[in-house]
Amino acid sequence: MACVGSNGELTESARRMLAALENPATPEQVAAHTELPLFRVRGGLREMAEAGLIELSAGVYASTQQGRALLSAKR
Amino acid sequence: MPNPEATSQDPSHTAASAQPASLPRLGMPAPLFEAVTTHGKIRLDDFHGNWLVLFSHPADFTPVCTTEFIAFAAIAPELRQRNVELLGLSIDSPTSHIAWVRNIKEKFGIDIPFPIIADLNKEIATLYGMIMPGESKTETSRCVFVIDPNGIVRAMIYYPLTTGRNTAEIIRLIDALQTTDKHHVATPANWKPGEKVIVPPPATMEEVDARLKAGFECTDWYFCKKAV
Repeated sequence: MACVGSNGELTESARRMLAALENPATPEQVAAHTELPLFRVRGGLREMAEAGLIELSAGVYASTQQGRALLSAKR
Repeated sequence: MPNPEATSQDPSHTAASAQPASLPRLGMPAPLFEAVTTHGKIRLDDFHGNWLVLFSHPADFTPVCTTEFIAFAAIAPELRQRNVELLGLSIDSPTSHIAWVRNIKEKFGIDIPFPIIADLNKEIATLYGMIMPGESKTETSRCVFVIDPNGIVRAMIYYPLTTGRNTAEIIRLIDALQTTDKHHVATPANWKPGEKVIVPPPATMEEVDARLKAGFECTDWYFCKKAV
């Protein structure tokens, strides 16, 4: 999975996207915050949602406890 | 276009699902897919809101393809300014793509900034008609699909295995399509930005009379140009 590397750690792009979700945000807002292409943000957020690191509600993504724990573990 | 934020595994995004058997047609929705790429899994509708240039090449580690990738990388910033993303494809593995991209960086000093689909099972190549059996049954030809922000196929270009593409023409094509959308006009042969455009020909006698009084540069009632 692109959001988590083979070592079990967040990839750099996933880390940036997850950090951008300190407050709930749309993919467009995450793309603007991270300066990543929107298509890549959409794919990355979808993979992180499938991994349980974030959740989607009414078009807005928010980090889950699991996601926040993974992000803070490497801070 | 389906909701690009959908998180469930929607079978409509797989090339093997019940897609129409016909090849892409201009003015019709581009066939949906979900693909493994060098930038992770990507769905076509992840590009919703962007123009997309989806292009295929015959194989990694081949000379003409290498020149093309260097050329596509060179125009990537210009395309980005036009809200256009690039997406490559060939019937090679992700590992091969990654090795080739790294080789291009090492040997030519060029970063390849766009994702490349690893279409090992030929699903997307088949869906888009990228394989020309008369040329090769195992490689994709040099196809280009221009897909607009609403997921509609707006242009297609096919080049044979032997002939590298002209990326300046791809930029010119994008400029022409975007000018058409913005101003509701057509563009003449060899048009370039800044040149006059074609006013669509009138369909009724009433329109003809109005056209001739509208102040356009008209050679005849059906042939009028204007600046945009």
